[in-house]
Amino acid sequence: MTSVTLTAESITLQIDGKDISCRSGETILQVARENNIDIPTLCFLEGLTVWGGCRLCMVEIAGSPKLHAACATTCAEGMAVSTTSPRLKEYRKMIVEMLFAERNHVCSVCVSNGHCELQNMAVKLEIDHVRFPYRFPRLEVDNSHDYMRLDQNRCILCVRCVRVCGEIEGAHTKDVKGRGVLAAIIHDLDQPWGESQTCTGCGKCVNVCPTGALTQRGTAVGEMTKKTDFLPYLTLMREAKS
Amino acid sequence: MTSTTTRPTVATVWLDGCSGCHMSLMDLDERLITLAGLVDILHSPVVDPKEFPSSVDLTLVEGAVSSEEDLHKAKIIRAHSKYVIALGDCAVTGNVPAMRNYWDRSDLFDRAYVENAQEPPTPEERKALLPLVVVPPLRPHATPLHEVIKVDLYLPGCPPPADAIWFVLTELLAGRVPNAMSVSRFGK
Repeated sequence: MTSVTLTAESITLQIDGKDISCRSGETILQVARENNIDIPTLCFLEGLTVWGGCRLCMVEIAGSPKLHAACATTCAEGMAVSTTSPRLKEYRKMIVEMLFAERNHVCSVCVSNGHCELQNMAVKLEIDHVRFPYRFPRLEVDNSHDYMRLDQNRCILCVRCVRVCGEIEGAHTKDVKGRGVLAAIIHDLDQPWGESQTCTGCGKCVNVCPTGALTQRGTAVGEMTKKTDFLPYLTLMREAKS
Repeated sequence: MTSTTTRPTVATVWLDGCSGCHMSLMDLDERLITLAGLVDILHSPVVDPKEFPSSVDLTLVEGAVSSEEDLHKAKIIRAHSKYVIALGDCAVTGNVPAMRNYWDRSDLFDRAYVENAQEPPTPEERKALLPLVVVPPLRPHATPLHEVIKVDLYLPGCPPPADAIWFVLTELLAGRVPNAMSVSRFGK
């Protein structure tokens, strides 16, 4: 989806050696997906603002020594983008392995087992083990809400929940505290979720969460499935209104 | 089992796991008969010899490395095996046995042996309740196998499906290195 108007100028670029034309203002990720070129992402979700945090969508651009996040880089005339290379493959694997090592993603006993974007990403990137030592941190599970649960063990800090809460629901109940490995999702001023005065209980955060960090209570192993397709429609309707 | 042929030799070992990976191995069903024709299984929870053989071509290891005994066994396995496969999520990631790692051992022991005792023990009795003699000491963390020895192939899954085990074994026997992620995943 794009908010670019139809009068926008057209530009041409190359992605993986393929000549592609797009409208100016479109991101590399948008254009790649429109052309069935797969770039892996975790923090990106259509309908939410671009975050650029997970770094899985990093691509190479000819003439630039550094890597660029495809979700946050707009296409430019004559750009030559490479979405896959041994270097990118290795970095993407490392990123996902570090996510696994950072917290406690015990897939076998997770409610999202079989429906998890992190688990699927490991399959996609052929990660059969994690080369970094696991940290095994002791983390909290917030069970205080009547029908939703936040399990910090499974969180990858993609902040999709924070964005959907602020941008779509307009509640901004969720936010992030701390820095680095100590960063964590919080409610209001770091209060138990069930005591939040601002949470509307809409459940959007649960549905956009890629892992088993935000779930419906009462679900057993593998029972938690998510629906994210409502988001682009909500955003479309808003754009049509404004 | 005596081996007079030149068939590949195989061992399977059960460290800190639930035996589910070995159950999955048993789920090969009639293919076990085919397997018995292809390899000699020298050591396993399902065969008699208790000592790990001096030399094995291929060893499948189920379970995390939790105790000093597990570590000792892992080192023997590595020294005596040409090829080591981490079989299942406990061996590959630590999985459920590693969920104890969030607490230190003293708290764990209190939870398991003191808090759940019928009568609150005195400090002297507490010492006697803890499993500190005879049984192998717990290591501070239960860890994946590859954190203590070199692993040649990883087959994740909880447990890895029988079809995945069959695929990996037959590919290896055919001299190819299988892509385990094409047939299994973490938590499968």
